Order: sequence, then structure tokens, then C-alpha cells
Amino acid sequence: MVTIQKYVRAQSLEEAYTLNQNKKNRIIGGMLWTRLGRGSVGTAIDLCDLGLDRIEETEEEFSIGAMVTLRDIEVHEGLNAYAGHAVADAVKDIVGVQFRNMATVGGSIWGRFGFSDVLTVFLALDSYVELYRGGIVPLEEFANMKPDRDILVRLIVKKTPCRIIYSSVRNQRTDFPVLSCAVSHMNGEYRASIGARPGRAVLLRRESADDFPEFAAENVPVGGNMRGSAAYRTHLIKVLTERSLQGLRGE
Amino acid sequence: MEHKEYKSINKSVRKKDSMQLLLGKPVYTDDVSPKDALIVKILRSPHANAIVEEINTDIAKKVPGVVAVYTWEDVPKTRFAIAGQTFPEPSPYDRLILDRHVRFAGDAVAIVAAETEKAAVKAMNLIKVKYQVLEAVLDFRTAKDNPVLVHPEDDWFPPCEVGGDPKRNMVASADETHGDVEGILSECDIVLERTYHTKAYNQAMMEPFTAYAEFDRYGRLHLISSTQIVFHTRRILSRALGIPKSKIRVEKPRIGGGFGAKQTAVCDVYPAFVAMKTGRPAQIIYTREESQIAGSPRHEMEITVRMGAMNDGTIRVMDLYTLSNTGAYGEHGPTTVGLSGHKAIPLYTGSLEAFRFHYDVVYTNHQAAGAYRGYGATQGIFAVESIVNELAEKIGMDASVIRDRNMLKEGMVMPAYYNEIANSCALDRCMEHCRQLFNWEERSKVRDMGNGKVRTAGVAMAMQGSCISNIDVGSATLKLSEDGTYNLIIGAADMGTGCDTILAQMAAELMDCDVDDIAVFGADTDVSPYDSGSYASSTTYITGQAVVKACNELKKNICAIASEMLGCAEEEVEFAGTCVRHPGTGQTVSLTDIAYKAQVGNTIAAESTATHSSPVSPPPYMVGMVEIELDKLTGEVKVLDYTAVVDCGIPINPALARIQTEGGIVQGIGHTLMENVTYDGRGKPMESSFMQYKLPTRLDVGNLTVEFEHTYEPTGPFGAKSIGEIVINTPAPAIAHAIRRATGVWHRTLPITPENIAMSVSED
Amino acid sequence: MEIKLKLNGRNITASVESDTVLLDFLREKGCLSVKRGCDTSNCGLCTVLMDGKPVLSCSALAVRADGHEIYTLEGLQEEASDFVGFIADQGADQCGFCNPGFVMNTIALLRENPDPTDDEIRAFLAGNLCRCSGYDGQLRGIRNYLNSKKG
Repeated sequence: MVTIQKYVRAQSLEEAYTLNQNKKNRIIGGMLWTRLGRGSVGTAIDLCDLGLDRIEETEEEFSIGAMVTLRDIEVHEGLNAYAGHAVADAVKDIVGVQFRNMATVGGSIWGRFGFSDVLTVFLALDSYVELYRGGIVPLEEFANMKPDRDILVRLIVKKTPCRIIYSSVRNQRTDFPVLSCAVSHMNGEYRASIGARPGRAVLLRRESADDFPEFAAENVPVGGNMRGSAAYRTHLIKVLTERSLQGLRGE
Repeated sequence: MEHKEYKSINKSVRKKDSMQLLLGKPVYTDDVSPKDALIVKILRSPHANAIVEEINTDIAKKVPGVVAVYTWEDVPKTRFAIAGQTFPEPSPYDRLILDRHVRFAGDAVAIVAAETEKAAVKAMNLIKVKYQVLEAVLDFRTAKDNPVLVHPEDDWFPPCEVGGDPKRNMVASADETHGDVEGILSECDIVLERTYHTKAYNQAMMEPFTAYAEFDRYGRLHLISSTQIVFHTRRILSRALGIPKSKIRVEKPRIGGGFGAKQTAVCDVYPAFVAMKTGRPAQIIYTREESQIAGSPRHEMEITVRMGAMNDGTIRVMDLYTLSNTGAYGEHGPTTVGLSGHKAIPLYTGSLEAFRFHYDVVYTNHQAAGAYRGYGATQGIFAVESIVNELAEKIGMDASVIRDRNMLKEGMVMPAYYNEIANSCALDRCMEHCRQLFNWEERSKVRDMGNGKVRTAGVAMAMQGSCISNIDVGSATLKLSEDGTYNLIIGAADMGTGCDTILAQMAAELMDCDVDDIAVFGADTDVSPYDSGSYASSTTYITGQAVVKACNELKKNICAIASEMLGCAEEEVEFAGTCVRHPGTGQTVSLTDIAYKAQVGNTIAAESTATHSSPVSPPPYMVGMVEIELDKLTGEVKVLDYTAVVDCGIPINPALARIQTEGGIVQGIGHTLMENVTYDGRGKPMESSFMQYKLPTRLDVGNLTVEFEHTYEPTGPFGAKSIGEIVINTPAPAIAHAIRRATGVWHRTLPITPENIAMSVSED
Repeated sequence: MEIKLKLNGRNITASVESDTVLLDFLREKGCLSVKRGCDTSNCGLCTVLMDGKPVLSCSALAVRADGHEIYTLEGLQEEASDFVGFIADQGADQCGFCNPGFVMNTIALLRENPDPTDDEIRAFLAGNLCRCSGYDGQLRGIRNYLNSKKG
């Protein structure tokens, strides 16, 4: 397990940001991933006192604090009413309720993990992240940014009218996905977010649904790991995208 | 079949420790160990095969809190085996506490003892080791006669002759034939030959390997261990440490699961060695990673079956060859392999005219295998039951009907099972019962559910044993207390299965009292009468019979004491539960009075110890049917329903027998669909945590239905046979069968993952 | 560093290192019902309630408990006793090592959803592994308890 010299509950984002400029220090989320590392952390910076554990819903958007847990977004009525239960579908198979009570949205998004169901589902929505220094950045852009010393403050999901379906294939029900897939229809455009390739999720856009499954299978880069080969993943991209599009059409 | 009305037998009594366990009381090794013990950690080899050329512990020893660091130079030079088996063990003596030659990625290189875990871990990281990395044997198919030897040492020692030869990487080998195999094969209408491959699954019991050692008030080594085998562990420690058995006491508290893993003394020698060297209490708790990579998992096997049959479905001949991978050390290697034939071939005794069973067990540079529920039978039954399903399909016969035609039936002699007679066998009734209960006729049809989904079913049968015949020994001591209650003391190990309770039910039945009136204690080498331990499905059958004997002897003693009190002959009185009665005079003496009398001027023991062993090992039988829904596009398999009917003789405790069955089925589902064991190119295990080794969750299992067909086993206590192991044997062949029916593809390697299914092309 | 928390209803102050996990801290404090079954947050054996929510104490830093309320099974004996007998009647306790975590999460489930369906029970308890029972006996026990409450 990772060793930690010091633990600080930051009293302001500025304090957290300043501490985080030291490369030995680290912002901690749910500690679920950080803990597994073998290295040493100078100061563990906890954002838990900064009121970032709330989901705020307005007419235009959901503002999801970095310390909101996966369980919070799983059971949030407004968010799931808006996203047709896709957010709950995306997180409900992540390990267990106890794990989801700890894992944070901020940690999941910031980590830009390849296996992330969370990144996959929000990429298919009209999502942005608010960075303390970097300001508001579209999630798609953030997903491709190199990790730096900034702080992810919140995730913003605009209530752009949208239909979305989430699906994944897992070798065991609470395992990491072999492939995750969120397909949405928004602003006259189809989006397919494909995660666990096994690399981090990528987003494809297409005006027509017609050849989208084939297009996605051809254009999403995939690899092989313990959970599945590249060829199987390409096969699943086509299957899941096609089924999701059928679902959006109400078939 | 004998039908009797019992008071305590065949009753679903709560386990004696249930409420303690469910309310989280401190009853396990780590809970009962003093907190000031030294923490023992093992530095493990990153290489699959290497020689420790240099090892420098100077810096590590300077870490504050570190008390000692030991290397191969510090340990005794006597080789030993850690398999929990009756002496002389079939497993070769091929281990040292620390060996200069490390033989798998995870093998022990150094022992660190420190005041805190943090200090121990820090010290481990500061030990400098220079390895001479050797080429490793990583594919068990290439192990035999490979120029790379896993055990080149000259002091390798086999306590039994089992056909091993370390200069050929062989642990055991044998070849047995009954009848004219080749002649009958040439007469058959159809001969199939298929090869099946199963993996080195981890038991993954929830409590990792754990042991604590200290010197007691007599200056003897006292080990508290999460073990199934207290007496074997004492013997193993005695040899490994070079101290007499009278100086060692081994005790088990409650055990957090075993499934055979703890039939091997995986971790016990380390804290014992540290306690001996330092004179201080020492404790080791394996991490989950250590339990995964340096435990005692199942033997990986590749089994080739040739089966000859007639077009009418008569199975006439079977030739089964098993190649078993024992890994880096030989624990249980020579014995597990035997069950792959002896517990699979006899299922078809009904029609089989000839069989051949031959095998090789080889060393590789993988983690050493050990004992896991099923113990080779699981692997053999996957092969035999699968090829029978293939055969049924080839000749166009229903898979359950082909079994009706060929299966073993009650009263038959089993040539492939040491010529034992099936005195109690309801395999035929299990099949019929399961067929009805499951509605096989309808649910075995392939049904298209739309959107790529298909439903269908598969079937398999199984057998196991109820002990190791002529070897296993069980004993029980029953003592009368002053208030007429009893103490039952055993050396068998309840690892959660409920044997403490089951044995108490037997004692209560015979002593005509409540189960609550029997206090059970086990197991402790200083206190318990000798018992081989809880393995080989033997506790109910063997130790149970010892309990029966002990009760009958104690009743005699009680009557003798009472007759002295009544001033009559012993033969004139009879035991009547709460009292002893003289039917002639109507006089009675209460059990309480007898117990008090036993403490005053008495020379007749108010206790009895009895021992049992059996010349036979009557098999339990089982039929399993599974309904799945398979997604042909993604390859996902949902187990909708698993129905099983079991013949375990008379179930002593039906609730516990049912849970055993359900638990075994779910482990079998895990092995078939999601649990895998793989190594990277350099011999490093990949599934080294629960993040990568995926046990079934409650979402991965459908409905389970379990029912029993009673038989009365004449050699078992109250007609009972075993249940603990057989229950893991049917899922793999039954699910593989269902997958074939859904997809047109036979999968002969486990696990069968969604990718294997989706990416396979139908053979049809 | 020093932390103040409420453990099983009692206010306590303790000194812990920054990287001590809650599990080790709780066992140190005598809450031996809290078990470690894995090192990767996968098994659920270490489940405790933090401010009423089930969490994995193997993964939570003890310092994070500062200012919060923690319950282990030691502090919820009565609430657990209401239903665990039904699981015992099924024989589903088996080896027992997963029981405390499973019982704690069942308490959390029943507080949140006093009348769950079988599927809701399975979903809520999915993070509690059990290698012995095959899960069905645990489910039957909970179901029998719920039925008994309805009379």
C-alpha cells in the first residue's frame, strides 16, 4: 500500500492547489485507487471540507461536486430522469454499494482510467469539467489532456435534450468491463462513447445512425489485455453500438 | 433402505457456532492471537526459477523494529512435505523452509520478523538479492523429460513409491488396465477421442492463510493455526524444525473457510521457526496476493479420453489419460491425479466392459498445487461427463437417457473403484428426480428468445468418496458431566461446514438428549483424540462412526457405574437417556447421580474414546441440470437455474447438506465461467488478487434448487455418506453442455469466457 | 495525528498515522468483527457504517473518520440479532468470516429499504463475497426474516 506522510483537510481550493503543486503531494478522492499504489505520498490533500459533495440541479444543468460519490449519482433522481437511467446503469455494477459510497466522481474523472464506466457515460452527455485554474473545459477535451497539477472541482452536465443508452460486457458482474459503451442522440447528432478499449474512453460523432456500428468498429482503436482481445473488443463495439441504436429507436 | 424416526438425525439444527459467527465475535486465529506478537513476512522470488547467488540482509536488519531476517543459510537442511496426509505421505519431501533454489514466482527467499508490519515491509524492500535466473518450465505439456529440472537436488525423497523421478520432472506415474481395451474399442460402432483442460483454481476461502506461534508455560511450541489438519501439522513441524512431537502443540480456533487449501501446512512453518529462533510469539497473516500466488490451489490437468460405444448408446470402453501439473512442489500430486480416473470412470460401471487409466504428474515452475474440494475428481468428471454429452449428441440420443442406459446402479461391483460394491446408490433415482424437478424435456430444448439470446440446458452426473479407505482415522471422546450433559472432543476440523454440529447431532441421538446438551470442542493435538483431519469428505462418515462407537461404549460405562449403585449386574440395567433403569425392579438412577458417583471412589471412566477407519469409501452421487440464457453476440452466459439432486445417504442435517450443495455449485459455476489462472511469459501469475481473480458474486448465480434422494449406507453412521466435495463436480460439464447446445461449439478448456463463446465459430 | 470520532456510540480520541486504514484502527480498538479478506477493495468483509453509510474500512483512511460516526457490528448487536437467526436457520453462516461485513451491509440495506425485493437484496449485497454458501441461503434467511415481520 501507498505510504502517506501527512494528511491535510484543505480549507480552501487555493490551499489545496498550492499544496498540490508539490509533486510529492496528492489530492485524494475515495482512496480506492490511490491506496493500491506502492509509492509514497508527502501530503494527502483531502477536499472533504469544501462542500464538493453535493449535486446541484438548476434549469440548465447538473453541477456535480468532485467529492460526490458514485452511489450519489446512481440514486440521484433528477440526473437519472434526465439521462434515462443511463448514469445508474453505468455505475451499478462497480464492485458494490460500499465501494460506490467511497469512490468519487472527481477521482473517477480525474484518473481518466481506461476501465472507467463513469468517463464513458458522461462523455456521451453534454458534459464539462470545472478546473480550479483551467476553468470550464468540455469533458471530451479534458479526457485527452495530460494530467497536470490542477484540481477538478466539479463535473457539469448540461440539460441538453438527449436520449442515451448505456451498456457494457463484463466477464463477471462486478468486474471491470471488457468494453463499455454509451450511445446518445443529442442536437441531431449521434454520439458513441466507447470505454475499456482497454484504453480510456473515446467519443465518436455521426449524423446518421445507419452505418454507425461499422464505423465505430473500424475507427475505435482497441487493444488486448487479460479481460479480452482486441478482436473481441472490436466485435463488441459493433454489437453494443448497434443494440444501443436499436434501443434509441425504441425497437 | 431404512426409514427411522429420529430425534436429532436428519434435522436442520442450527450450527453450534452460528450466532457467534453471525454476530462477529472474535473467534479466528488473528482475533485470538495476542497483539504483541512479532509480525512475520516472507520475501518472495520474482523469478519462476532461480538460484539465490547472494543475499544481503545487513541494511534490512537495521530498520527500527526489525528483530530478525533469515535466509536459506539459517534453516535446517532436512527436506519435508507440507501436504496434510497420513504418514508415510505419498507426497515427496522436496521442500526446505527456505531454499537457495527458488522454483516459482512467489517462492520464499527470506523470512522477516519485526515489531510492526510497516517495519517488516520496509525491511523486505531493503533485502538485496542477486539471482541467477534459470530457464523455467512453464508449460506442463513440455515438463516430462525437459532438460530443465525443477528438482535437480540429490536429497529429494519419496516416502512412498508412486512412480516419481525428479530427473524427469515426474512426481508420479501409473498405468492400470481392466479388460481388453483395444479389442473392445475395435468392435465399437463409434469411438471418440477428446482432450479437456482445467485450470489451477484457487480455493479463495475468505480467511487467508494464518498462523501464530508461541512458547507455552511448559516451554513447548504452541501453534494456533487456521488449519484442517492439526495432527499432520504437528508431524510436519516436527520434521521441518527437528524437534520432538512432545514439544509441539497445534490448535485450531474457528476457520474462515478451507475447501482443502488448509489441508496443506502452507504458512505454519514460518512463525514456528521465528518463535523458535527468537523465543518470542510470532504471527503470519498472508495477504490475499500471497494466498493467491503461494497457496495450494487445484492441480491443472489435461485429460484425454477415448470412449468406445455402440449406436444404441451402450458405452463399452474408456481409456483415460491424465497429465497433472503439480507445480513447483509435489504436495498432493500423486494422489489427486488418481481421483481423475477412479471417481469418473465408475459412473459408467453399468455397461463398461473395459477401461484403462494412466497418468503422469509433472513438476513445473508454477505455484505448487494442493488439495481443493473435488481433488482430481472434478477434473476427471469434466472430461468424462463432457465426452458422454458429445457421444449422446453424435448418436442422436438424449443426454439424460444415455446415462440411464449406462450408469452405475446399486449392488454393482465397481472394477474402476477398487472393486468396491455400490451398497447404496440412487444415481438412477437422482436422474429421474432431477429430470422431473427441472422439467428437462422442455427446458433442454434450444429456445430462441430474440435479439441474439438463446435458452437451453445441460446435464452431468458425479460421484466422490466418503473417506480414504483403509487410511483415514477418526476418533471421538465423549465425557459425561455432573448435570447429565456431555462434552464431545474431536480432532476433526469444522471449517464452517458444520461438522461440530453434525457430530453432536449423532451423539445426541444415541445418548437420547438434546443437541444443546452436547458441547463440542476441536481441535487441539494436546486434547483431541487422533484424527487425520477434515478432508477427503471423511468427517461425517469416519469421525461420525467414531462418535457412534464412543457413545455406545460410554453408555456401557454409565450402565456399569449405575449397576454398582443399584447393586445389580451390569446386564440387568439399561440406558434410558436421562437415567439408567432396572426393568426388573423399576428402579432408576438419574444421569446426574451417576455423574456425581463417577467422581467419588469410582474406577469406571465416565468417558469414552473410540476410533474408526473404513475399508471402503462409499461414493455419494449427484445429478445436476443447468438452464442458461446465452447471448450469441456478446457471448455472455446467464445461469438461470441450477437444479441438483444428491444422494449422500441419509443427510444428518438437511439444511447444512443443502448449503454445501449450493456452495459447491457456485464454486463450480465460477470455475466454468469466470475464474482463470494464467501466467505471463516469464512465469508470473496474472490473477494475483480479487481484482483479477473473479469469484462469482450473488449477481452471477441464478436460482438454485437442491433436493435429496435418500439411500441408507450400511457402513456409515445412521446411513450417512459424504457431501462436502461431490457438489463441485457437475457445473463444468453441465454448463459446457448447455453452451454447446446454444452455440454449436464444444468448449473443452475452462473457463469458458464470453470472448471464447462469441469468437468461436460453430463446428456444424 | 489526533482524531476524534464516535465509535459505536462512544466519543473517542485517538492518535493515528496518516496512512493507517480504518480497518486496522478499528481492530486495534478491539472491534475484531472487522475482517480483512483482500487488499483491493473487492470482498466487502471489512464493511462498517460511516455516518450510517456502508463503506470499506480497508480503503478508508482512519484520519477520514475524524469528526464522523463509525459503527461496527460490535455496536449493532441488537439490530443484527433481529435477523441473523434466520440466516443461522438456513445454515448459511458457514465459515462465518464474511458474516460481519455481510450483516453490516444488510443492516444498511434494511434501514434504507425495509421491504426489498430479492433482486434489490442481491444488488445491494453484490459487493459482499461469500465463498461457502452460494448466497442462496443468505437470501432465504433475509426473506424469511422479512416475511416474519409481515406476520
